[in-house]
Amino acid sequence: MIDRRAFVQKLLSERQDNLRVVSGLGTSTWDLMSAGDDKRNFGFIGAMGQAVPFALGLSIAKPDLKIAIITGDGDMLMSLGIMSTIANHPSSNLTLIVMDNESYVETGSQPTATAGKTNLELIAKGSGIENSYTIKNQIDNSKVLKTIYEEEGPSAVIVKCKAVPTPLIFPYSFDGVTAINRFMETTKD
Amino acid sequence: MYEVLKSGQFMKKITKDWRHDIYDVFKELNITLISHIPDAGHTPLIDLCEQDNEIDVITLTTEEEGVGLSSGAWAGGKKSALLMQSSGVGNCINALALPNICRIPFLAIVSMRGEWGEFIPWQVPMGQGTPKVLEAMDVKVFRVDYEEEVGSTVYAAAKFAFNTRRSSTVLLSQKLIGAKQFKNG
Repeated sequence: MIDRRAFVQKLLSERQDNLRVVSGLGTSTWDLMSAGDDKRNFGFIGAMGQAVPFALGLSIAKPDLKIAIITGDGDMLMSLGIMSTIANHPSSNLTLIVMDNESYVETGSQPTATAGKTNLELIAKGSGIENSYTIKNQIDNSKVLKTIYEEEGPSAVIVKCKAVPTPLIFPYSFDGVTAINRFMETTKD
Repeated sequence: MYEVLKSGQFMKKITKDWRHDIYDVFKELNITLISHIPDAGHTPLIDLCEQDNEIDVITLTTEEEGVGLSSGAWAGGKKSALLMQSSGVGNCINALALPNICRIPFLAIVSMRGEWGEFIPWQVPMGQGTPKVLEAMDVKVFRVDYEEEVGSTVYAAAKFAFNTRRSSTVLLSQKLIGAKQFKNG
């Protein structure tokens, strides 16, 4: 099982300038912010289920950028249909990364469906995202980097990670207007 | 410098279906991404958009995806609109927090059911609830009952959304679209 925070930090440690990262609400946003404040990131703090559709819209509008969306299994399970939408309107620059700890850790570690019979990689593949795979070892970080920067998307990576609470690392601002305006400074041509 | 609102230019042109007037507004304002869950009331407009190489048309699995999709597209500099039936508005409610809190322009065009001459009782609850829930989420609601006003209203709603960075919808009334009639057997 993977230490999610170390995984996200490593993923962004040698970041290329053409990468924009969106994160889903809760722990995924704290993980992203733990890698350091960066205008090229946009972290959701609410609107559960909307981070992945947002990333798809961004990937369509900015085909010359690489777009990675990092979210949790809880957020992903709330909008599984978006995988079908992504598959049928494919953005070659989009990588979906699901940090799957099989639980709602922030609310007391209640199990999600992936703790039971549900398999997100199979759902991604069944939705039509052909380049979908699961990783369980920290060392597979380099494989994910290759997917983000080199492989033809859309891709889905399910990162099986430990279900342990981590410190909350807040973004630059909780104000949505401040956050989106700052992020958009990095999406202008 | 300022621009005078010229929605009068989008008043009904006699020779065209009113869906053309909506399409003309999309072209005028450079709205190049359309997402939808299809509804019979929107079909001619969806067809027009699909025939246009400059407009990207995406079929969603649920309307709420369109809220995030539109928001992300705008963050990347692309203007879009979501087309849906009034029942789909109910699916969007929590998602509308995103454009609201980030002041992202969001435009939806809604074909109404559950009002003028409705045949199916199941359409009534969400149809009647549609303007109320939109207003509860701070979405500006424009309504059209007559075809002459479709173009100018969509133009005004789009300007409201994109100029003031707010959410707006146009409700195309069932009186305008025509109530769907069903025959058993």
